[in-house]
Amino acid sequence: MRVNFTVNGRPQEADDVWEGESLLYVLRERMGLPGSKNACEQGECGSCTVRLDGVPVCSCLVAAGQVEGREVTTVEGLADYAKHREDAHPGGGCATGACGTSLQDAQQWKANPKKATDSQTGEGATNPDATLSPIQQAFIDAGAVQCGFCTPGLLIAADEMLEHNPQPTDADIREALSGNLCRCTGYEKILDAVRLAAARQDRQGLQEGAV
Amino acid sequence: MDFLRPASWEEALAAKAEHPTAVPIAGGTDVMVEINFDHRRPEYLLDLNRIGELREWEVGADAVRLGASVPYTDIMENLRAELPGLALASHTVASPQIRNRGGVGGNLGTASPAGDAHPALLAADCEVEAESVRGTRLIPIDEFYTGVKRNALAPDELIRAVHIKKADGPQQYSKVGTRNAMVIAVCAFGIALHPETRTVRTGIGSAAPTPIRAKAAEEFLNAALEEGGFWDSKKIITPSVAKQFAELASGAANPIDDVRGTASYRRHAVGIMARRTLGWTWESYRGTGRSTEGVA
Amino acid sequence: MGSTRTTGAPTKITQGSQTKGGIGESTLRPDGTLKVTGEFAYSSDMWHEDMLWGQTLRSTVAHAEIVSIDIAEALAMDGVYAVMTYDDLPAEMKNYGLEIQDTPVLAHGKVRHHGEPVALVAADHPETARRAAAKIVIEYKELPLITDEASATAPDAVLVHEGRTDSHSRHVSHPNIVHRQPIVRGNAAEAAKKADVIVKGEYTFGMQDQAFLGPESGLAVPSEDGGVELYVATQWLHSDLEQIAPVLGLPEEKVRMTLSGVGGAFGGREDISMQIHACLLALRTGKPVKIVYNRFESFFGHVHRHPAKLYYEHGATKDGKLTHMKCKIVLDGGAYASASPAVVGNASSLSVGPYVIEDVDIEAIALYTNNPPCGAMRGFGAVQACFAYEAQMDKLAAKLGMDPVELRQLNAMEQGTLLPTGQVVDSPAPVAEILRRVKARPLPPERQWESSEGADVRQLPGGLSNTTHGEGVVRGVGYAVGIKNVGFSEGFDDYSTAKVRMEVVGGQPVATVHTAMAEVGQGGVTVHAQIARTELGVTQVTIHPADTQVGSAGSSSASRQTYVTGGAVKNSCELVREKVLEIGRRKFGTYHPAWATAELLLEGGKVVTDGGEVLGDLVDVLEGESVEVEAEWRHRPTEPFDLVTGQGNGHVQYSFAAHRAVVEVDTELGLVKVIELAVAQDVGKALNPLSVLGQIQGGTTQGLGVAVMEEIIVDPKTAKVKNPSFTDYLIPTILDTPTIPVDVLELADEHAPYGLRGIGEAPTLSSTPAVLAAIRNATGLELNRTPVRPEHLTGT
Repeated sequence: MRVNFTVNGRPQEADDVWEGESLLYVLRERMGLPGSKNACEQGECGSCTVRLDGVPVCSCLVAAGQVEGREVTTVEGLADYAKHREDAHPGGGCATGACGTSLQDAQQWKANPKKATDSQTGEGATNPDATLSPIQQAFIDAGAVQCGFCTPGLLIAADEMLEHNPQPTDADIREALSGNLCRCTGYEKILDAVRLAAARQDRQGLQEGAV
Repeated sequence: MDFLRPASWEEALAAKAEHPTAVPIAGGTDVMVEINFDHRRPEYLLDLNRIGELREWEVGADAVRLGASVPYTDIMENLRAELPGLALASHTVASPQIRNRGGVGGNLGTASPAGDAHPALLAADCEVEAESVRGTRLIPIDEFYTGVKRNALAPDELIRAVHIKKADGPQQYSKVGTRNAMVIAVCAFGIALHPETRTVRTGIGSAAPTPIRAKAAEEFLNAALEEGGFWDSKKIITPSVAKQFAELASGAANPIDDVRGTASYRRHAVGIMARRTLGWTWESYRGTGRSTEGVA
Repeated sequence: MGSTRTTGAPTKITQGSQTKGGIGESTLRPDGTLKVTGEFAYSSDMWHEDMLWGQTLRSTVAHAEIVSIDIAEALAMDGVYAVMTYDDLPAEMKNYGLEIQDTPVLAHGKVRHHGEPVALVAADHPETARRAAAKIVIEYKELPLITDEASATAPDAVLVHEGRTDSHSRHVSHPNIVHRQPIVRGNAAEAAKKADVIVKGEYTFGMQDQAFLGPESGLAVPSEDGGVELYVATQWLHSDLEQIAPVLGLPEEKVRMTLSGVGGAFGGREDISMQIHACLLALRTGKPVKIVYNRFESFFGHVHRHPAKLYYEHGATKDGKLTHMKCKIVLDGGAYASASPAVVGNASSLSVGPYVIEDVDIEAIALYTNNPPCGAMRGFGAVQACFAYEAQMDKLAAKLGMDPVELRQLNAMEQGTLLPTGQVVDSPAPVAEILRRVKARPLPPERQWESSEGADVRQLPGGLSNTTHGEGVVRGVGYAVGIKNVGFSEGFDDYSTAKVRMEVVGGQPVATVHTAMAEVGQGGVTVHAQIARTELGVTQVTIHPADTQVGSAGSSSASRQTYVTGGAVKNSCELVREKVLEIGRRKFGTYHPAWATAELLLEGGKVVTDGGEVLGDLVDVLEGESVEVEAEWRHRPTEPFDLVTGQGNGHVQYSFAAHRAVVEVDTELGLVKVIELAVAQDVGKALNPLSVLGQIQGGTTQGLGVAVMEEIIVDPKTAKVKNPSFTDYLIPTILDTPTIPVDVLELADEHAPYGLRGIGEAPTLSSTPAVLAAIRNATGLELNRTPVRPEHLTGT
C-alpha cells in the first residue's frame, strides 16, 4: 500500500508498504531516517519514541497505515521543532525562576564551546554548524550519552515534558521518562541533562523577560 | 494482509460486517507487538484511528460515555473526579508513550486478564456499548468476559464506548508488578464504594482466567457495613471485618504460576491489596482529613 | 551529584599538562552530536542499494537430533534468494568459538539448546524472509536434557559434546565439565579448628542478560575480489575476524570488517552472533545482506551471564579474624563453551573476595548443559562470587555480633597482601577506605514519600502501581565490597595496537588515532583523543573509524580498554613525539642549542623545553612532513594458574568498589524500592571524570537489576527460555534507579599508564550484594538467591 504523511515538516510518500509494517520500519528503512531506534519493537523501551501529531508515541506500535495524512516528528527534526517552538513561545514558560533544580547544580555541566576543534569518529558526515535543541545540547554536556541507542527516544520524551512542565521536580522527570530504558548510564546523567536543560530554559526565560 | 482504513464509524461497522475476521487496531499496543514478533498475521487490519468520535467522551448525569479509544492519558488528566478508579488504573498502564495511544477499548477487545483497566471497570460498574450493522447493544461488564482472552462481542461487532457509572464514592486501584514502572500486572485489585446504594464493588486482574469480581468478599462486606451501621456512622472499619474481606478477596482469586509470579503469591497479594484499598477508600469516605490518596 | 575526588599519589605528568582537552578533563564525547541528532550510524541503521534481508531459523527444542530438514517450499517462494543449512557451508571449518571452536555455524545433525541457528534465509523484505523461514520443515527427535550439575555429571549422562579434544578436556573429571580450576593454599581443614564461629551458605545466582539496547545486527557486502565487507557491532573486530574467515573459506584479508555504531555490549557482543550468517548469505547471493535481530531473537542471539550455585564456608575467631574459607562454585555454561574457561578462572581466583584469608580450599567449574549458552557479561565470575562471599560476611558478622563493615575492614586486603593464588597485590588496594567512605556518608532522609498532599507513590515500593501509601514499608541498609581483575589474565597475550599519525591540515597540527577498539558506549574514543592531546600537544584529534586495517585492540571488555588500548595510544603517541622532535632537530637544531640539550615537550601546538621556552611551532616542524607510527603495546605478562594448586601470577591489576544500599521494602507485598546506592571506588587516575561517573553509575544499576528483577527463566523440564522479551525480562527503569552518589579515589597504580585502573566492572560486583544485604536488613530474611522476587520476601 501507499502511505503519505509529513515527517519533520516535509511531506513524504512511501510505496509498496507491507500492511504489517510499523511507522518505525517505514521511517528507518524507507525514508532514510534511522534516528528512531529499534531496540525492542514491543513498546517496552521507548527508543523509537516520535511525536505523532505532537504526542509522544512508540513508533514501533503504530501501523504505517495509521499515519496517513498525519504529522511525525523524529529526533532528526527535533532541533528544528524546538527552534520553531522557541520562536513562537520564547523562554519556554518558566516565568517565576522557582525551577525544581538549583541553577548552580545544573550549571556545573556548562557546555564547553564546541565543536569545530573537537574530534570526530568519522561515523558519518556531521555538520559542525548544526544547531542543537537545548535538550540535545544538555544531553551531550551532562554526559547523558554513552552508547546512545536510547538517546533519540529520551530526547523526544524529555523535550515534550519540558514543553509542558518547564520546572519539573526529580520525581516528575522520573515519571515522564519511565517509558524509556537506558542500559548504560544508570540514568543519573540523564536526570542531570534534563535538569540542565530546564535550568538553561529558565535562565533564558528570565533574561528575555527582563528585556 | 489487508489494511482497511474506514473514514467513519459507519464505514468501520460495514467493514467489520464484511470481514468479521478483521482485527481492529486503534492504539496498536497489543496488535502491533503480535505482528512485530510474528505471533499473528491477521487477514485484515481494521484501523480505527480515523474515527474521531472514538476518542471523545461525554459526562452524563449518572455515567460517563467513554469512547473506546480515549487515551489513558486523557482519562488520567480529565476524568479523575468522575472515574477515579479508572484514572488510577490508567496511570499504571505501561509507559507515558503507551498511555498516549492505548484506550479502554483495546483492553476490552483483547480481554486479557492482565489488562489494567478491567478491575477498575468491574468495581465502578459499567456497560460496554457494542455496535454492528445490526444495531447497538449494551453488555453489562459482568457478562463481558467469557473466557481467557475471550469476550461477549459478536464477530461483526466493534466496541464504540463504555458507559461507566460516575463515582458516587471513593475508588481505589492497586497493581503489583516487579518493577516500579512500565510493568505488566502480576495481579491487580480495584475497589469502589457506592454510598448511594450502600454497596462495595471490586475487581481482580491477572489472578484468574478472566477479570473477576470478588463477589463473596463484596457480599460479606456489604452485609457487615449494613449490620454495623457503618455507612451512617462512618466508624473505622473493624480490623476483623477488613481481614475477612481481604481473605475472601484472596479466596476469589484463581491464579496460575507463570514467569511473572506464583499462584500463591498472587492470592496473597490480592488479599493485601484488598485490605489496603478498602482502608484508603473508607478513610476517604469518612472524610477524616487524613490524606489517603496516593499522589503522583 | 555529591561526587568528590580524592587524590592519593598521582602519577607525575609533565608532557601535556598545559594542553587543553587532555587527560583528566571531562571533555565531551566526539560522537555526541551525531548521537543526539540521530545521525550516528548503528549497525542496524546500515542500508545498501539492492540489499536483502537475512533471517535465522532457530531450534524450537533444546536437545534433539535433526532427522530431516526440508527447504524446498521456502526456496520456491517469490522474493527468496537463498536458503542455507549446514550442508551449504563452504569451508572445511564449520565451527567457531572464542577459545574452543565448539559452536556450529548452523546446527549439524543435532541441536544443543533452545534457539540454536539451524537455517538461514535471504529475501527482499524481512517479512518475506520470515514467511520463508516458517516454511522450512525440520523434524527433530528429542534427546535427554542436561540441565544442572547432577544431570551433567552423572556417570551415564548424555554428553553435550562427544569426543572433546580441547585443552581443558584433559583435566576435567567429566566431559560435561568445560573447565575446572581448584585453588589450594594453606590448610583449610586444619585452620577451621581455630575458628570460633563457622558459617556455611548455599547461594544461587540467576541468569542475567546483558540487555544492550541495540540488537545484534549488521550488513555484509560482497566485494569484487570474492571477499566480503562486514559492518557490524562487536566488542572485538579481530577476534570476530579470526572466527569468521575460516568458516567462509577466505583468507583474513578478504574479510574486511568495519565497526558500526554499537548500541551497548556489556559482554554480549564478545561472541559471534549474526556475523558469519550475513557473510554466508552475501557470498551466496552476491548481494548485500542485512540481518537485524528483534528483541525476541536477541535473547537467543547472544550468551548470558552464567547462572551459578555457590557453596561457601567461612570461619572466624571470636574477635573477627577470618580463619579459612572453603568454596565450590558451579557455573552453568550452557550448550557451548564461549568464555566459560575464563569465567571459571575469575570465579576461582577471586572467590575469596578482597579479604586476607591464608587457608583456602577453592574449586570452580563450568558445566556443559542444554541450557542457553553463557559467557561474558560485565564482571563475569567475580560477580557471582561477590554475591556469595558478601552474604557470608554479613552472616559471619551477625554470628559474631560485629558490625558488618568493621568485620570487612578488619580482614580487608591491602597493597602487599598475598592472594590465594600466591600473587602479591602490588598496587593500592584501599578496601577498608572505600568501605569507610560509603559508611560515613549521611543516610538519606526517612519517609521521603510523604508530602502535604499524601503519599507520593513514585517514591514508594511499587511506584506508579499504587500498592502502598506507606503501609508495610521498612527501611534497610546494607554494604558490600568487591574485587575484579582488570585485563585478560592467566597468561593470555593481552595487547593492543594503535596507529597514530601527525600532520598539518588546514594550517593546524592534527593527530589521527586509528585503533580497532570497539567503542561500545564506554567513551574510549573520548579518552583516545585526550591522550593524543596530552602526549602531542595538539587540540585537533581525529579518531579514525575502528576496522581491521589496523592491528588488534583486544576486546572492549574486562575493564581493559582504557588501560590497554589507552596504553597503546599513549605509547604510539610517544613514538610519534620522538619522531616529530627528530624532524625538529633536523630542521631547526642549528638555530637554538636547546634543541640538542634540553628535554623537549609538545605543548599547545609548539615545541617547548621543560623550562617552558618555546622552540618552534609544530606547524613549521611538520611542514611538508607527516609522521605515522603503528605499534603494539602490552601490559605486564601474566601466568596461567596451576591446574592442581591454582598458584600463579594470573592477574595484572585489580579494581575495587564498595556500595552502601538503602532500600525500602514493602514487607507485606515483597516489593522493593532502592532509595540510594552510594559507591566508593578507586580508579587510579580519572582520565575523563565525567565518563568515570557514567561507568560507575551504569555498572551499579546493572547490579541493582540482577538484585531485584532481572532473570532469564529457563524451564527445567524443557530447557526452554520462558521470558525472551522486554515484557518479561525486566531491566530497571528510571523509577527503579536511585540516586547514585559516587566517591572517586585516585590512587595511582605505578604499573599502569597514567596510574589508571580499569573501572567498568567493579561497580557491578558489589551493587548486587549491597542491595540484598539491605533487603535482609529490612526483612530479617536469609535470602540466598538473586534476583530476589516478591515470593521470596513474602514466603508465598
